[in-house]
Amino acid sequence: MSTTERRFRFLRRRGADGESWHAVQLARHQDRPYTLDYLNRICDDFVELHGDRGEGDDPAIVAGIGSFRGRSVAFVGHQKGRDLKERTYRNFGMASPEGYRKAMRVFELAGRLGFPVVTLIDTPGAAPGVGAETRGQSGAIARSQLMLMSLPVPVVACVIGEGSSGGALAIGIADRVLMQQNAIYTVISPEGCAAILWKDAGEAKRAAAALRPTADACLELGVVDSVVAEPSGGAHRDHGKSAELLADAVSAELDFLGSLPAIERRRLRRQKFSRMGAFAE
Amino acid sequence: MVANLRVCAHCGYHFPVTARERIVQLTDDGSWSEVARDLISIDPLEFVDSKPYPERLDAAERATGLHDAMLVGGATIGEMPVALAVMDFTFLGGSMGSVVGEKFWRAAELSLDRRMPLVSVSSSGGARMQEGVLALMQMAKTVAAVDELREAAVPYISVMAHPTTGGVAASFAALGDVTIAEPGALLSFSGPRVVKQTTGETPPDDFGLAESNLRHGHIDLVVPRPELRDTVARVVALLSGGQPYRRTPLLPDLGAQRAVGRVISGARKAILGRRNEHVDD
Repeated sequence: MSTTERRFRFLRRRGADGESWHAVQLARHQDRPYTLDYLNRICDDFVELHGDRGEGDDPAIVAGIGSFRGRSVAFVGHQKGRDLKERTYRNFGMASPEGYRKAMRVFELAGRLGFPVVTLIDTPGAAPGVGAETRGQSGAIARSQLMLMSLPVPVVACVIGEGSSGGALAIGIADRVLMQQNAIYTVISPEGCAAILWKDAGEAKRAAAALRPTADACLELGVVDSVVAEPSGGAHRDHGKSAELLADAVSAELDFLGSLPAIERRRLRRQKFSRMGAFAE
Repeated sequence: MVANLRVCAHCGYHFPVTARERIVQLTDDGSWSEVARDLISIDPLEFVDSKPYPERLDAAERATGLHDAMLVGGATIGEMPVALAVMDFTFLGGSMGSVVGEKFWRAAELSLDRRMPLVSVSSSGGARMQEGVLALMQMAKTVAAVDELREAAVPYISVMAHPTTGGVAASFAALGDVTIAEPGALLSFSGPRVVKQTTGETPPDDFGLAESNLRHGHIDLVVPRPELRDTVARVVALLSGGQPYRRTPLLPDLGAQRAVGRVISGARKAILGRRNEHVDD
């Protein structure tokens, strides 16, 4: 590599570095619309369903049936809180096994009644904790993915804020995966990555740059199918406009997916994820 | 120690085994034939922490003689053909990146092509951070592979060795039709250190251990290593719906034996020694 190339590459990466951290901040902005903000705007009616029918009800996941542009749709999304009290109640959007089992209950219902599924991803990760583990966190995340993978109905997922780790992917298996312009999608939070690889959570900015969690990067890596535009300055600037842009994108995907036979959809869904990755042989 | 399958004869402690050792321990002599041997990781994100990712890969390859953290292939166990996917913790902590995902996919394909059960042996810290969101998507890819097996009614047996955590615990490892763990193995989504750091809870001594997972209903069996081969063979036979597995004369009735530490007869030592030589070629 020539000196000029190196220099160019360095500058390009440095530009992208700042972009990554900016996206992290926007994705976590406290005024950014959350799942219920969107559902209240895009559904003509929405009944939230509660509980996993075994252990409890997890407020970090919202699930229910909504009427969306003339059809019934099962919605499942992570839910964060805006003030301290609600944030604590929602466990900062970190779902427990009960949350994923509630999601699965609604996926199953949608599959049986023939409603499409729309998931909204916005979590710093699945809830860590002794309780979450003893109640089967890994198995819940794995089975939620498996259930989405095998559903006979159309599934659209959209990353609307933070998409971090298996806690995000648990509801991220879909025929079409969308991502809002300023959302992030990553294997681990930048802080978690920094704590492990740099032994210092304070290096989160560097970790964010290295992880390349931006919508553009995810599109380039083939992890998302399309990027949903946000109002100028970010989704937090205009919830109404942001909801409209999201609803238009989701609706277009549902129209397209509805035209495919169920068996074909399931085959294509598996194929889509089977092709993700970068290796040489 | 090697002759005793790396289990301490005094206390029953299960020392880690490499993928190659595991294959020797589980499969019939000379039956192993590796596939997808030449898959290698590339560096899609140009990831650098304290070292560039390609340097870490080179070092791991030199230290282990492996291209990545999983070996896949066909073999027989108790004369029954299976596809096998075995992880190796010594290669970058058994982390799952694109190569591990692709290898698991190929193992499932082998399983489907020949309609033989898939057996996986996991040992992994989770997703490989250096591959960013593509590493996260390997969870989805392995789940897609499991969905293929389920649709085709081909059995899948997941064996979990210490440790099986993070993205591997929350994807294919959790989805076996029968899940078996080794004694003392840590099986959790979040490890005890992360739980302590993020929640302030002090995890109990048996946090996430195989035995604790069994008690809470997350796995089917905890099986000491000297009994593992026979147990897998019995399960393979039962899930295949045919004649029950009959122990070969080489293996005494291990099912009746409770103590893990057992001196293996000279004859068996010699056989294991020969198998080691064979695989090391």
